[in-house]
Amino acid sequence: MPESGAATAERERQSQNGGDPERPGAGGFGRPSLLRRFFDEVQSRLTADLDDRDPDFIRENLSLSWLMATIWFRGEVRNMERIPEQGPVLLVGNHSGGNITPDTIVFTVAFNTFFGVERPFYQLAHNLVLTSPVGPYLRKFGTVAASHDNARKALDCDAAVLVYPGGDWEVNRPTWEANRIDFAGRKGFIKLALDAGVPIVPIVSVGGQETAVFLSHGDRLARLLRLDKLLRLKTLPVNLSLPWIVNIGDFLGHLPLPAKITVQVMEPIDLQERYGQAPDIDRIYDDVTSSMQDQLSELAAERRLPVVG
Amino acid sequence: MRIEQKVNVNAPRHLIWEYVTEPANYPVFIDGLTRWEVAGDRHTGLGARYRMLIRVGAADVGGLIEIVEWQPEGDMAWSSVTGVDQRGRWRLRELPDGRTRVTFRFAYGVAGGGIPALIAERVAAISLNRRFHVSLLNLKRAVEEQAGSEATPAISR
Repeated sequence: MPESGAATAERERQSQNGGDPERPGAGGFGRPSLLRRFFDEVQSRLTADLDDRDPDFIRENLSLSWLMATIWFRGEVRNMERIPEQGPVLLVGNHSGGNITPDTIVFTVAFNTFFGVERPFYQLAHNLVLTSPVGPYLRKFGTVAASHDNARKALDCDAAVLVYPGGDWEVNRPTWEANRIDFAGRKGFIKLALDAGVPIVPIVSVGGQETAVFLSHGDRLARLLRLDKLLRLKTLPVNLSLPWIVNIGDFLGHLPLPAKITVQVMEPIDLQERYGQAPDIDRIYDDVTSSMQDQLSELAAERRLPVVG
Repeated sequence: MRIEQKVNVNAPRHLIWEYVTEPANYPVFIDGLTRWEVAGDRHTGLGARYRMLIRVGAADVGGLIEIVEWQPEGDMAWSSVTGVDQRGRWRLRELPDGRTRVTFRFAYGVAGGGIPALIAERVAAISLNRRFHVSLLNLKRAVEEQAGSEATPAISR
């Protein structure tokens, strides 16, 4: 079992303080400053402690997610049996729906009921999600800050890890690009799967981008406000949604339209078996994204009406 | 939450017992069953375990169940080991007209309590009631066909 993140953070803190937990931090004050405590809190939330995932809590709180997935989003997850029954696996999904991400709600319920809450399952999320007020709640569900180290730590413990390479970029793509896979050239998931020696299972969902009218990534606005440097935020999205009507940033979320969410689990890909010992990362990226695009186009073709499905 | 459904089957009790105690029949007659496999060494009987999932709403729910009561040609009951809390029972009783009354009882509880769990139980009941109704009709049809074919003497040439 790996050392817990909180324990690691505490040890690092003690090391900076000469090993004395009572000695003040580098600020030189008698008590840690408010700012220092704030950054410590942020840091602790971004450090993955796999023990934060609480299977009993998940079991007791699945009913609310199941209700949302069933009644509001009429969720349908196909071919869960394609996910390897045991062992570490990297689940790679396309991401939709702004900050509400209904595809995650639907898939997380399906995974936990299909394999049982006993199977370790972690989801990688943007730093901002983990530091938001819902962060502690999501950590109990197995959400950890998206980083190579956090993901590797979970995979090394034989967990299933869900990653959305497109992340904050893809989730805010304009409505007219709803049926497009857009990972923005992010290939870290491939290196992660190769390093950890785990299979990739692509997960394709449709419908999430119909829960609001998405107008723009707002990437220029984010750069102008230096949000990319300060908060790792590449976008400041603009959408039309309830109850805000014009919603800039989507920081408080929105009331999603009850669009039908369909999720398709694709066949697992063993990268080393398929691409050999010295694989071409660009080729893998093209193959994975194009096969996911084909799947997404198929799912989109099944839909007769927006939102209704 | 508790669900109970009954059906009268025009077949002897032993035939129905053989049908409902054979695990291979479950994917055939239980509506919405997405996973069903024997878990462990025992194929059937007291202590036999099965891994099962049934589609309810947006998810496949179920878990590991174990046979906890076994009265041949009478009652068979199971209880959950992991997954959703559940307890189920087949009860077979002979009717005076020679038919057999099959009673299916299923009780389940959503973990966590509170309003969401209460609503979830009731929402799930709508889907489960429909599934079990279809399943009992499937059972009736399958066993009556089997009884009919056994009652009809084979034609020899």
